[in-house]
Amino acid sequence: MYVELKDINKKYGSFYASKDVNLSIEKGKLVAFLGPSGSGKTTILRMIAGLENPTSGSIYIDGQRVDHLAPSKRGIGFMFQSYALFRYMTVYDNIAFGLRVKKVPEDQIRTRVEELIRLTNLEGVEHRYPNQISGGQRQRVAFARAIAPNPSLLLLDEPFAAVDAKVRQELRSWLREMIYRLGITSIFVTHDQDEAVEVADQIVVVNRGRVEQIGTPSDIYGGPKTQFVAEFVGQSLPIHDFYRLRGYEGQKNRYSGAIVRPEFVEVFRPDNPTFKDLVPVADEAVIEKISFRGDHLELLVDVKGIKLTVSRALERRPVSVGDSMLAVVYRLYAFDRDSIVLLNNTNLQDYEAIA
Amino acid sequence: MDNTTQRGSSLVKGILITISILFVGIMLILPMVYVISSALSKGFSFYFRSLTTEYVVSALLLTLLATLVAVGVNTFFGIMASWALTRFQFKGKQVLATLIDIPFSISPVIAGLSYIMTFGRMGWAAPLMDWINRTFHTDFQVVFALPGVLLATIFVTFPFISREVIPVLNSEGCDEEEAAALMGAGGFTIFRKITFPKMKWALIYGMILCGARALGEFGAVSALSKTRGRTFTLPLEIDALYMSGDSDSIVSAFSVSSILVILAIIVLILRNIFEYREKRSGRKAG
Amino acid sequence: MIPGFGLSLGITVLMLSVLILIPLVSVLLYSLKLSPAQFARLLTNENVLFAFATSITCSLIAALINCFFGIILAWVLVRYDFPGKRILDGVIELPFCLPTAVAGITLSKLYSDSGWVGGLFSRVGVKISYTHIGLVLALIFIGIPFVVRAIVPVLENLDPQLEEAAYALGASSRITFFKIILSELRPALLTGFALAFARGVGEYGSVIYISGNSAKDHTQVISYVIMQKLNYMDYASATAIALVLLLISFGILFFINVIQIRQSRRTNFR
Repeated sequence: MYVELKDINKKYGSFYASKDVNLSIEKGKLVAFLGPSGSGKTTILRMIAGLENPTSGSIYIDGQRVDHLAPSKRGIGFMFQSYALFRYMTVYDNIAFGLRVKKVPEDQIRTRVEELIRLTNLEGVEHRYPNQISGGQRQRVAFARAIAPNPSLLLLDEPFAAVDAKVRQELRSWLREMIYRLGITSIFVTHDQDEAVEVADQIVVVNRGRVEQIGTPSDIYGGPKTQFVAEFVGQSLPIHDFYRLRGYEGQKNRYSGAIVRPEFVEVFRPDNPTFKDLVPVADEAVIEKISFRGDHLELLVDVKGIKLTVSRALERRPVSVGDSMLAVVYRLYAFDRDSIVLLNNTNLQDYEAIA
Repeated sequence: MDNTTQRGSSLVKGILITISILFVGIMLILPMVYVISSALSKGFSFYFRSLTTEYVVSALLLTLLATLVAVGVNTFFGIMASWALTRFQFKGKQVLATLIDIPFSISPVIAGLSYIMTFGRMGWAAPLMDWINRTFHTDFQVVFALPGVLLATIFVTFPFISREVIPVLNSEGCDEEEAAALMGAGGFTIFRKITFPKMKWALIYGMILCGARALGEFGAVSALSKTRGRTFTLPLEIDALYMSGDSDSIVSAFSVSSILVILAIIVLILRNIFEYREKRSGRKAG
Repeated sequence: MIPGFGLSLGITVLMLSVLILIPLVSVLLYSLKLSPAQFARLLTNENVLFAFATSITCSLIAALINCFFGIILAWVLVRYDFPGKRILDGVIELPFCLPTAVAGITLSKLYSDSGWVGGLFSRVGVKISYTHIGLVLALIFIGIPFVVRAIVPVLENLDPQLEEAAYALGASSRITFFKIILSELRPALLTGFALAFARGVGEYGSVIYISGNSAKDHTQVISYVIMQKLNYMDYASATAIALVLLLISFGILFFINVIQIRQSRRTNFR
C-alpha cells in the first residue's frame, strides 16, 4: 500500500472531526474522498498533507511514517480549493516557487517550469499575473505549481469548486488524463457524487468523520454497504413503509426501511403492450410532478402514498400530471440498523427476462 | 489552520508582542500618564483652581460650542455626501470623493490661512462683508472672531463622518433601496426605514471621531483666533498657559490638558464599543 | 430609481465648495497676484528652504519607522492572542483622539532634559526635545495609527490558504512572510506610509513645542513658518509657501489614489 492511515483520530475540543479512520491507497490510483460538506473529508486530506496534525494514529506514505514531518518533507503536492495562487507573482514565478525555496539551480528550474507550461498548455501566459488569466488557466497553474517539485502524491481539495459548470466538465477529463499521463498517485476531495464516479478509480465515502465505505465506483454504486452510502450515492430518500409495495409484503418486520433508485422502478400506462405481463403484479401510480432534466424526464409518482422518483426517456409516450399509471419496483435496498441488502421483487422471480 | 498559525515559533511571538507593548507603552501610554502626573504635581486644590479660571471656563464653553456645530454640520454633510456617492453612478464621482478627503491631508495651518485669504482684510470677500455690515449696520466678522473659529473647526473635521459611512453603505449595496423605490417609497421614507439603520453605527462612530478631533483642533483655529478669553478654545488656552513659561502656568496647562486626555480616553472606549457593535450588526446582516 | 440624487449631490457640492474649495482657491488667487520672480524670491528664502527640508525629511524618516512598527503592531493585533490585547488595540488610535497641542506639550516636557525619558537620555549626552530627534519622535506619535489602520484589515482578510500553499511547497516562515505576506500587504503599507507622511509634512500642534523652532538649528517646520508669516502679516510669503505645501499634499493624495486603483485592478479576480 502506498498511502496508509492507521487509527486516525482528530479532535477539536470534544468534537471528532475524524474518528477511527483506517484506509490504504494503492500506488498510481486516482482516489476520491466523497462526502457531504462538514463530513470531515477535507480534514483527512489535510492530515495526509501535514497541514493538520492527527490527535492520534499514524500516517505512512511509501512505507515511511510521515505524521511528524513538515508537508514539504512528505513528497506531496497540494492543490487548494481557492487555488491560493500568489497574485503578486507571474504564472512562471508561481510554478517556480516550490523549486526556488528548495534552492534548485535556476537553469534546472527554467527547464522544469517550461516543461510544465507546455504540459498544461499555458504557453503565452507565463508572464501574466493570476488575475489576468481565465478560471480554467488558473486551475492549471495551481496544478502545475503543485506538481513542480515532482511530488509522488498529489492532493486536491475540491479541485472543481471554483470554476463554473461549463468549464468544470472539460477540466474533469483534462485532470484525469493529466494524472494518468504523469502516473502520480492522487487523492481529491469532492461533495459531488457524479464527479467522484466519473473521475476516480476508487471512492472513499466519508460521513461524520468516519469512513463509510471504500471501493470502485461500481462497487459503491451497485453495492452500498451502509444506509448512508445508499442514500448519498443514489441521491434518494429512505422509505419506511416499503412493505406496502407489491412484491415486498413479506419483509415487514425484517427491515426498518428501504431506498429505491429511479432505475429500479418501471412506470407505464395500463394499455402498454410491452409491459402487459407486469400488469397483474403492478401497483397503481399517479403522476404528481414532472421535471424536465434535459435528456430525460423525472417523474414523481405516488404509489399508495409512497413517493417514488422515476426517470422516463423522452421518446416514450407523453405524460401529464394527474395521469394514472402502473408501477413496478424491480428491486430495492432494504436496511436495518447496521446492514443493507438488495431485495428482488418476489412476484417477478418467474419473469427472468425482465429482471 | 493550527499548523500554519502556530508554526511561527513562540520565541518570535514573544519578541513581537514585547516590541509592541514597549512601543505602545513608551510612545502612547507614558505621555498620558505624564499629563495626569504633571497636572496633579501641585496638589488637587491647585488642579481645580486651574480648571476654574475665567479663561479656562470661557475656552471650555467655546470648545463645546465649536464641537457641537462641527459635528452637526458635518453629520448633515456626511449623510448627504454618502447618499449621493453610494446610491448613484455619475461622472466625476471619484473626483468628488477625493475632493471631500482634502482636509485629511492638508496642513490645518493652511485651513486657517485659506479663511484669512477669503474673509480677512486681504481676502476677496472683505468688500462684500463691508457692504453687508454697512447696509445692515452690523459688525459681522469672520477672521479673529467666533465664526472663524467655527469655520476652522468644521474645515478640519469635514470628511470624518462621510469617510466612516461611505464604505459601510458601499458594502451593503443598494438593492433594498431600489426595491423600496420600485414599491413607491419616497426618498425620506427610504432613508429612514432602510438606509439609516444600515449606517447607524458607522454614523455614530464617525460623529465620535469628528467630535474628538473638533475638541482638539489647534493649528487652524490658532490662525483665526487672537483674543484670549473670547475666541480661545481649550487647546489655544493650553498653548497660552504653556508658552507663558512660569512653572505654575505650565502645571495649569497640564491640568487643562488632563480634561482633554480624559475625553480622549472616553472616546477610545466608545470607539471600541461601537466598532464591536458595528462588526456584530454587520455579521448579522451578512 | 432611488430618489434624492439632485438634492443630495447639490448639497454635497455646495457645502464642499463653500467650506473647503472656495477658501482654498482664495489662497491660489492671492498667490497668482505674485510675479514668478517674487514667488521664487519668497520661496528661496533660506529659512523657508530649510523648513521644507526639515518637514519633508523628518516626516519621511518618521513614516518609515512607522511602517516598521506598524507591521509588527498589526501582525501582533491580528495573529496573536494575549492578555491586554484589546487595550493595545484601543490605545493605538490615541493619537487620532488626543488634541495635537496636548500631545505637543507633553512630548516636549517628557523628552526634555528634566523630563522622565529625556532625563535618562541627557545623562548619556543625547538631547531629544528641541532637536530633530524630538521632531521625528512627535511625528512617529502622530503617524502610527495611519499605518496600523491601513494594514490590519488587509491582514485580517488574507486567505489562510496562501500561507498554507507556501508552507506545503516548503517555504520557511521567513520566506513566506517576506515573499508572500509582505507583497500582499504592500499596497496597504504604501497607503499608510503616504497618509502618515502627508499628515507629518503639514503637522503643526504636536511638533511646534518639541522642535524648538530654531532657525539656526533648522528645527523649524514648514507650518510653523507659515504661521510665523501670518503673525507678521506677511501674506505674500504665507500664501506662496502654502501653495507649495498644498501641491505636495495633492501629490501625495494623487499617489494614494493611484495605488488604490492599481491595487483593485491587480487583486480583482472578476
